[in-house]
Amino acid sequence: MSATAPLACKPGDYKSETKPIWCPGCGDYHVLMALTRALAALGLPPEQFAIVSGIGCSSRIPAYTTCYGFHGVHGRSLPVAAGLKIVRPDLTVIVASGDGDGYSIGGNHFMHACRRNVDLTYLVMDNHIYGMTKGQPSPTTEPDFDTALTPGGTGVRPFNPLVVALASGANFVARAYAGNIHETANIIVEAVRHPGFSFIEILSPCVTYRPDQRAWKDRVHAAPVTATDDAARAARRLMTDDGFNLGVLYRGNRRPFQPVVAAVPCDLVEFEKGFEI
Amino acid sequence: MSGTSDIQPVSSSAQLYAIAHEIETDAVERYNLLAEQMQTHNNEELARIFLDLARAEGLHAEEIRRLAGDLGVESKRGPIGTWRTESPESADLSAAHYLMTPRDALQMALAGEERALAFYTGLASAATDPAVKKLAEDFVEEELEHVELCHRLLRRYPLPTGVTADDDPDPPRASD
Repeated sequence: MSATAPLACKPGDYKSETKPIWCPGCGDYHVLMALTRALAALGLPPEQFAIVSGIGCSSRIPAYTTCYGFHGVHGRSLPVAAGLKIVRPDLTVIVASGDGDGYSIGGNHFMHACRRNVDLTYLVMDNHIYGMTKGQPSPTTEPDFDTALTPGGTGVRPFNPLVVALASGANFVARAYAGNIHETANIIVEAVRHPGFSFIEILSPCVTYRPDQRAWKDRVHAAPVTATDDAARAARRLMTDDGFNLGVLYRGNRRPFQPVVAAVPCDLVEFEKGFEI
Repeated sequence: MSGTSDIQPVSSSAQLYAIAHEIETDAVERYNLLAEQMQTHNNEELARIFLDLARAEGLHAEEIRRLAGDLGVESKRGPIGTWRTESPESADLSAAHYLMTPRDALQMALAGEERALAFYTGLASAATDPAVKKLAEDFVEEELEHVELCHRLLRRYPLPTGVTADDDPDPPRASD
């Protein structure tokens, strides 16, 4: 699918004056470009988007946009975002994370966000490493990743985010490669438009601690099959996934979780009374 | 990176102008981004080169807009773009390094111009509409000039003898 939305804002209108401090060559620059293009294609003004993140290189992304942003607590971007979406369903809420923040510290929230199916779009920039803290293995690091920190490799089976998302009930599951900016932007647009919890695993190379990941651009390839709405079929496809298949894997039909919440009092004094013990 | 694999049938001059304009504006965005990265990492010389490249691509974009006249150059595909993967001329952002040299930057630019040349050459040979064919051939000539310009500029920058991205004296270290 390609986006053909009205051009209310241009991609540059979603980019803030704050200059990214990622390393040159980092995949997260590509994700920022894809995101701003996707936001423009969605045709909403910046103030109608909220971008919530946790901690890590990838989680700096809200500051680089002109949308509402919340750079939150490590691993806790999803509950913050779910709370925001539930009380402000008019906002389009996008959540940004990395493989350490999202799958380790926030791993439990990931499963339950999939299960709960609040209408969020979750972008996980996966580089198989903790980049910000200088190269510790993350849940998606290969077991033979041999460094001073992990002599002989971790020996631990990597986490499979797409399997977990699908098994936990995510309503939209896809994989993108950061370097394919157009394709990533199109998948983000589709994910935002799809009701419920949409999960996109974005392979985003860390060229500093994983220079080998520069080769990902030659390893990624379009998935040989089109998306399915059958979770069992999607699961079978994942059994033969090489980790570099790109595209939308699954589009589900579950209704999003959107409880009716009591109006929040505008008077702060009244609001504080609700917290009195 | 993309190239000839992205060639799609082009049915009108208006469509080709829009594609050409998109190629140039994408290049502007990428070179500006690379300039920002180099400024952030205190590589001012390279930042200036990327800004110059962005300015040059911007001038090309404006020239295409002028040539298109009433046909316009706005892509009907919206802000995401036409390409299945990436625009043929796009600079490979993943090749950036804080110790890049001007020569590296010019080689990056040359690779983009060569991909654009291959793209328009393929388009010109595949075009059936005479006007589209002629316009594509004009773009081939222009890209040839850009390729030659990159080669000329590269001659100004000999192979580096100092520290390069392949020989980082201060490599990232994982904490022990």
